[in-house]
Amino acid sequence: MKKIGYYPGCTLKTKAKIFEKTALYTAEKLGYEFIELPNWNCCGAVFSLSSDDLIHHLAPIRNLVRVQDMKEGAFLSEETLVTLCSMCFNTLKRANIRYKNSAEDRSKIKNIMDTESAYQGNVSVLHFLELFKSIEPGSVKLKRKLKGLKVFVYYGCTLLRPKEASLDDAEAPVILERYVETFGAEALSTPFSRLCCGSYQTVNAREKVVELAYKILTSAIESGADAVITACPLCFFNLKDIQNEICAAYPDFKGIPVAYFTELSAYALGMDPGEWDEEPGFIKTALAQTGEKKIKR
Amino acid sequence: MSKKDIMGEIAKANSSVIKGVDKSEIKHWANIYIMGQRYEVPADLTIMQAMEYAGFRFIHSCGCRAGFCGACSTIYRLKGDYRLKTAMACQTRVEEGMFLVQLPFSPAVKPRWNIEKTGYEDGAFLAYFPEIARCVSCNTCTKACPQDLQVMDYIQAALRGDFKKVSELSFDCIQCGMCAVRCPAEIVHYHVAQFGREMYGRYGYPRNAVLDKRVSDIKKGVYDKEFKDLVKKNKDELVKIYKDQLANKDKFIKGG
Repeated sequence: MKKIGYYPGCTLKTKAKIFEKTALYTAEKLGYEFIELPNWNCCGAVFSLSSDDLIHHLAPIRNLVRVQDMKEGAFLSEETLVTLCSMCFNTLKRANIRYKNSAEDRSKIKNIMDTESAYQGNVSVLHFLELFKSIEPGSVKLKRKLKGLKVFVYYGCTLLRPKEASLDDAEAPVILERYVETFGAEALSTPFSRLCCGSYQTVNAREKVVELAYKILTSAIESGADAVITACPLCFFNLKDIQNEICAAYPDFKGIPVAYFTELSAYALGMDPGEWDEEPGFIKTALAQTGEKKIKR
Repeated sequence: MSKKDIMGEIAKANSSVIKGVDKSEIKHWANIYIMGQRYEVPADLTIMQAMEYAGFRFIHSCGCRAGFCGACSTIYRLKGDYRLKTAMACQTRVEEGMFLVQLPFSPAVKPRWNIEKTGYEDGAFLAYFPEIARCVSCNTCTKACPQDLQVMDYIQAALRGDFKKVSELSFDCIQCGMCAVRCPAEIVHYHVAQFGREMYGRYGYPRNAVLDKRVSDIKKGVYDKEFKDLVKKNKDELVKIYKDQLANKDKFIKGG
């Protein structure tokens, strides 16, 4: 099995445990051994976006230094770091690009880090989806059929923007659609697949997020989707956990199941539904469509 | 080396304590600065010994003299170096050109917690120490730690509620407070760590079945009769019991 550096990020260890569980299951079934960095720190979250705030770049760069150290110690097959949360992906990748491209920033960061080992700039930051982008849909052996299940893919912002950090064509991505098809479901998308969910505004301007989520989810429902998938724990919260607030604000809103994209693949590959704390809505739909009545546990 | 020679060596090494320092015997000297005042001291002394040599008497900031208690926090800088360094005065040898400051204690805030009333949950650290969310991973705490602990790493583990990792990484903390003094985010690392260890010890660390059984036996009174008999014995009888036990050590150990 290929040993690859894995960065979970805080949310996957707390609020989004199922995202990690289903992703690790999927990766293992598809031939990857994810080696979690032994001492990872915060990805840097979105703070590193301001241009004069280099201190916040120490966090992402140190994570990359640790990948470098792990490769040197032969714990990894290559200097690659895979991550799942789209916010972590965005921060790590952008800090990496900035470090590689700016000699001035590079030297400042090295100076601040002082006695720590210097980052050589050779780690590639990959999103989980990128690992599987060249897999042919027929080549994966699936345990469960998702045929007929219509899945609305939701990218959000941080997988695609800014352009230089995008994991696919920023304007017309297909990577999530391909992933869904690889695992036997039908992928649907609309321009709302790439509309911002409101992100952190959920804390201080919930009504804006409710409005955006309503638009996105309504677009999904109107496209005929049975479920929505996402790669971001914050989008997941904004699209799934506040649906009761959307119902209150927009009485015509009917609701739709939301899941992490890895839940879909883990289910198709045979993960025991008992592993889920709360059975995702798409499973019920998938069962109804394939005529199966009950999942064998 | 014979016993007599060893005793001679020890006496020689400690002669300065008994007879005072014979300056003609000291080959290497170092200039150190205590609160800005220069002192010439024997170069093989620790900071603490050197300060005593210079005439200071510790009535505070001095505890075990063995690197365990964390009382003798010292901040220093070397001539020609811009870095502020940290050390335990009892564990660090003086160097030429050391500018020394003793830190009596670190006045860091310590929240009151009750582990019995705190849930063993991801958010427990943040509830008592919301300032850990300000960590920017600058690693200054790690560089300040005289115990060479991965301080920043355990704060990062605390952020995600990893009690086990916090406990393991902070186990050798002596609570000197250097991390808290240096932190730009005003985090009180050593209290975070203590909270983490208490919580992990109470809820996370696997219970020891042997210990549980013994405690429950004691509570049930399994050993009460033996204890009562024992306190009635006179000294000779106790010595005999002790010697018998020593002779049959293996039997007692195997018997659990």
